[in-house]
Amino acid sequence: MLILKCPYCGVACDETELHAGGEAHLTRHGPGSSDADFEEYLFMRENPRGVHFERWRHVYGCGKWFHAARDTATLEVFGTYSAQVAEPPKDVRAAITAKVPGWRWRDLS
Amino acid sequence: MSFRLDTGGRFIDRSKPRSFTFNGKAMRGFEGDTLASALLGQGQMLVGRSFKYHRPRGIVASGSEEPNALMNLGRDKTFEPNARATTTELFDGLEAESQNHWPSLEFDIGELNAKLSRFLPAGFYYKMFLWPRSFWKHVYEPIIRKSAGLGRAPRHRDADHYEHFNATVDVLVVGGGIAGLQAAKAAGEAGAEVLLIEQGAHWGGRAPVDGAVIDGVPAAEWVEATVAALGAMPNVAIRARTMGAGVYDHGYALAYERLTDHAPDPSLPRHRLWRIRAGRIVTATGAIERPLSFAGNDLPGVMLASAVRDYVTNYAVAPGKCVVVVTNNDDGYRTALTVQEAGLEVVVLDARSEANGPLAEQARAAGITVRVGRGIESVKGKGKVEKVWVCDQTRDGSNPDPIKADCVAMAGGWSPVVHLWSHCGGKLSWQEDGAFFRPDPERAPNGADGAAFVLAAGAANGELETAAVLTDAYVAGARAAAEAGATGTAGAAATADVELSEPMLPVWNMPERASYALRSKAWLDYQNDVKVTDVELAAREGFESVEHTKRYTTLGMATDQGKLSNINGLAVLAGALDQEIPKVGTTTFRPPYHPISMGAIAGEARGALFQPVRQTPMYDWHDANGAHWEPVGHWRRPYAYVKPGEDVHAAVKREVLATRNSLGLLDASTLGKLVVKGPDAGKFMDMMYTNMMSTLPVGKCRYGLMCSENGFLSDDGVVARMDDDTWLCHTTTGGADRIHAHMEEWLQTEWWDWKVYVANVTEQYAQVAVVGPNARKVLEKLGGMDVSKEALPFMQWAEGAIGQFSARVFRISFSGELSYEIAVPASQGRAFWDALLEAGSEFGVTPYGTEALHIMRAEKGFIMIGDETDGTVIPQDLGLNWAISKKKEDFLGKRAQERDHMTDPLRWKLVGLETLDGSVLPDGSYAVGEGVNDNGQRVVQGRVTSTYFSPTLERGIAMGLVELGPDRMGEVIAFNRVDGTFVQAKIVDPVVFDPEGEKQNV
Amino acid sequence: MSEAVSAVQGASASGFVDVAEAGLVGMVTIRGDLGDSDFAHAVWSVTHCGLPKKRGIAAGESDQLLWMSPDELLLVCAHEEAEARVQALSAALSGQHHLVVNVSDARAVFRVSGSGSAVREAMAKVTPADLRPRILGVGEVRRTRMAQVPAAICFDGEDQATIVCFRSVGTYVFDLLVRSSKPGSEVGHF
Repeated sequence: MLILKCPYCGVACDETELHAGGEAHLTRHGPGSSDADFEEYLFMRENPRGVHFERWRHVYGCGKWFHAARDTATLEVFGTYSAQVAEPPKDVRAAITAKVPGWRWRDLS
Repeated sequence: MSFRLDTGGRFIDRSKPRSFTFNGKAMRGFEGDTLASALLGQGQMLVGRSFKYHRPRGIVASGSEEPNALMNLGRDKTFEPNARATTTELFDGLEAESQNHWPSLEFDIGELNAKLSRFLPAGFYYKMFLWPRSFWKHVYEPIIRKSAGLGRAPRHRDADHYEHFNATVDVLVVGGGIAGLQAAKAAGEAGAEVLLIEQGAHWGGRAPVDGAVIDGVPAAEWVEATVAALGAMPNVAIRARTMGAGVYDHGYALAYERLTDHAPDPSLPRHRLWRIRAGRIVTATGAIERPLSFAGNDLPGVMLASAVRDYVTNYAVAPGKCVVVVTNNDDGYRTALTVQEAGLEVVVLDARSEANGPLAEQARAAGITVRVGRGIESVKGKGKVEKVWVCDQTRDGSNPDPIKADCVAMAGGWSPVVHLWSHCGGKLSWQEDGAFFRPDPERAPNGADGAAFVLAAGAANGELETAAVLTDAYVAGARAAAEAGATGTAGAAATADVELSEPMLPVWNMPERASYALRSKAWLDYQNDVKVTDVELAAREGFESVEHTKRYTTLGMATDQGKLSNINGLAVLAGALDQEIPKVGTTTFRPPYHPISMGAIAGEARGALFQPVRQTPMYDWHDANGAHWEPVGHWRRPYAYVKPGEDVHAAVKREVLATRNSLGLLDASTLGKLVVKGPDAGKFMDMMYTNMMSTLPVGKCRYGLMCSENGFLSDDGVVARMDDDTWLCHTTTGGADRIHAHMEEWLQTEWWDWKVYVANVTEQYAQVAVVGPNARKVLEKLGGMDVSKEALPFMQWAEGAIGQFSARVFRISFSGELSYEIAVPASQGRAFWDALLEAGSEFGVTPYGTEALHIMRAEKGFIMIGDETDGTVIPQDLGLNWAISKKKEDFLGKRAQERDHMTDPLRWKLVGLETLDGSVLPDGSYAVGEGVNDNGQRVVQGRVTSTYFSPTLERGIAMGLVELGPDRMGEVIAFNRVDGTFVQAKIVDPVVFDPEGEKQNV
Repeated sequence: MSEAVSAVQGASASGFVDVAEAGLVGMVTIRGDLGDSDFAHAVWSVTHCGLPKKRGIAAGESDQLLWMSPDELLLVCAHEEAEARVQALSAALSGQHHLVVNVSDARAVFRVSGSGSAVREAMAKVTPADLRPRILGVGEVRRTRMAQVPAAICFDGEDQATIVCFRSVGTYVFDLLVRSSKPGSEVGHF
């Protein structure tokens, strides 16, 4: 059972107070997009053993969505951050690099 | 035979006799006894029959590792199977019975299985019962079911209650032996908030029995002083009878507190499950002694050496008069000394070729016969130990000599209890001297901070000598506190004299070259009846992975999870495979450490609290007026109101007809109500709904559809435009929370720059649908706002007063009748309902439930989310193209609905279905086509989605999805019934009642 | 106007803590830009409360403002005043992007009171929130769950807590609290 700190209200949340929302930083492809782009957006997901970026909602709390960077194997949490960004902020990436040098996730590193 | 000694017993109070029954026989023990010690005190060595061979079995251990002494406890509403006698504290009136015997414990027919044992090897289920196939169901399985198994399942509802407790601490210390006490003390002194838990009723673990001296005083005195010191520390909480059951991610741990098992009190919670969040967890869970594998090692009277001295020292119970201690290490001599001091005869057989350590010398000095280089060829006796045949340990067991004995104490070395360390991924390393797996600190379970959050301490960490235990525990406690953020300094560690000992000798077979005949009577797993030869067979048959061997032989799969058998079994497997033990590895340790009650897992969630039941403001009225409840999500809605003398079908029919003919009332409070407001709300509404909502004029209502991004229909409902920048969205009953979350998700994670706020006001309002030809009349009678056709036409809404209630009135209809849906503040919902009933009495006002609602909507061909949709249906399938905007560039689901499969003309589409004989089509029935598919199944061409008896039309009505359905009007197709027959139905328009809408638009 | 009733009609019970429904309480959800001084000014003009700190409560003469999320406040006032507050706040906030709705009747409010740490102990049986006083102090709002339903918890003092949940589950939460405070089931942990 994970504990993630909600970056909006600052509460260290029990996993049972959260709703998991799958992979983070997807780009929406709507009408006019190619079949390949739409398929990628709707269905294709990373399934890494290691560094991962996820969406969570503090559903039993302030109701806000946020992002979490964590390791799916060791369950180490590198940071939680705003949902309103298209990619992880620098400090979170630096925190990952400090622990997992050479990490890669999609086109991030 | 075992008996009670005249003196001694640390735990028992001889002034407080306790009476209990075993298999109906009255017996006596003392306050402080366990059921096991009380049974032994009464000479009851035979306590059960084994799982497979029904062999007679006795008590082996003194703690939770006990494999044999499983009991049915209590009766009826307090009955519990599979309770261990060794962890059951005795109380007056306890009722116990042994398990797995028929017809009686003493005479058991299943014992024949033992005679047939060479026909019942490992994996015999898989091999023997394959042919003939029909025999499995009718012959083999019923017989096996009757003869195998442990306790019987309870037949009554559990009278006890249970609860949870959430606690957050800096440091959790599991285990109240000297290691746990020392670790908790160090952590507490350093300033950490500490919770120390101990599974048993007593603190101090083995040290007082083993004769340890700590800080210059006997261990028991040190334990008492330390417990008192901990109790006085405000930042330390200590709790006995609380077992560490499991360790999980991020410092989460479960502990199982048994509050009243030792003193039943139905007014108190029986068990409490602790859900603990700890910064660091110290596992000071001790070690468990290993049995030795010799022939006949399962006879009643063969016990662990440590258990023998526990019973003598703690309970003043002698397991026998003549004890043979068989050992491969120095610790066994402690038992020899203890039993000799208690006045029993004792002989030591030491498998090692020499034994000259201080304990062995002490034993010799006390006059105890010590025979080195010896092992046990076999133990013989009828249902109990009678004779021990002694042999040369290094040979094959030939030419043994007999000793008369009634108890054998096995000292096979110690295995650290690594379960909690391993639950969350902690790895182990093999320690050659001692021959055990111990926690590998380099591969500990990691927490959220990336650092190890479990620290093993003392014997659980592989430290078996008192002095080393204390130092190790002190370090673990202090480190845990510091890592959890405590800044203080721990006081000094307790000290003990170094105990010198000679190395132990790993002994996996006794004697070393035991013949097959001997090995086939040497038990590894008592509870599941697995022998040395079973594991060897598995290895020969190719089950080389320890996980495969475990499943094939069932070694370690019983309720004791292999606490005694694990290492011995691994060693035998390694030997058979000619591999090193660490190469073979261990099976996976899974929580709980020891079985916990189902009640504790459920906690408060049973009976009325099993699930939250959401109640509308009119709930009590419904309940008092015959509501036949239907769960809708967590809501309870009346399915129908059943009157005396009426069945539920008659009630539904009455409700439909009364509504169609005069006046019905529906409690619609559960419908979702979401307010969407802001400068960008119109844009947002157009993305959420398939149709155009931004153009809806203020004061008007519009039916709308919502799809997932995958194109599938997800919810529907009527939207009302409140003002320039505000919309009110009605959702389905089950959809309110889901659609609210859906809207928030898109606003927060995709369009976060759009200025839109959403609020869920579902429960602020009680909503009543006033339905039927007399709906307007009843509202006019109550007075207030103008509800005439002119002032409030169909699909408009208005705010005002109905009678004395301030209300929002929506002229929308889900029944095809003249209908007003009226929202009033929830606090006045019941009063409003009562006012409508009173005013409506002259029209025969009839409250109706969800079934009447469903029938009336189906008569009108209105779809229902969850009936016509199932997560694979798009609006186009349901003929709802009119509600899909072609002007909008984008809405959720639009791109998905452009995919090939979504535009395929052969998709099944919505039609009405009318049976030729007027019967009601079976729910879920399929329309069959010609021929069979590639899997040999009948081809299908459609299915029923809604089907009812229509009281209005007095025949069955239905809707369904049918291939090319709308193009096949009038065609008759066949639908299957469960009994294999078919019913013919004609494809018709889904709207079978008032197709022109003349009744609702008046 | 008809007489209004609360979710469980003022039910109360006594165990090792006392549990009582607080009756009807006025509650208004206010959403807007909490960092905007115009917003703060408009809210002040109606409630005479400053903005609360994160997870905090700001009290005025008769009203209280509870911090619910970075863009949401909950105004607590007399039940009969709630509708007027909605009108006044809507007027004061016009021109700003905001949302103000009356949620008084969508909620049930309970007070749990008792001596020592009894209140925290009764609640710790059904909420995963860390209730240690140094983590959840007096006057702080913690939104969490009570067993299976969402709730907001606030300690008014060490001897009393207020619990706000949805109206429809008022009976469930009341029953939970009664069960949790059964005499003899004290835990003695805090």
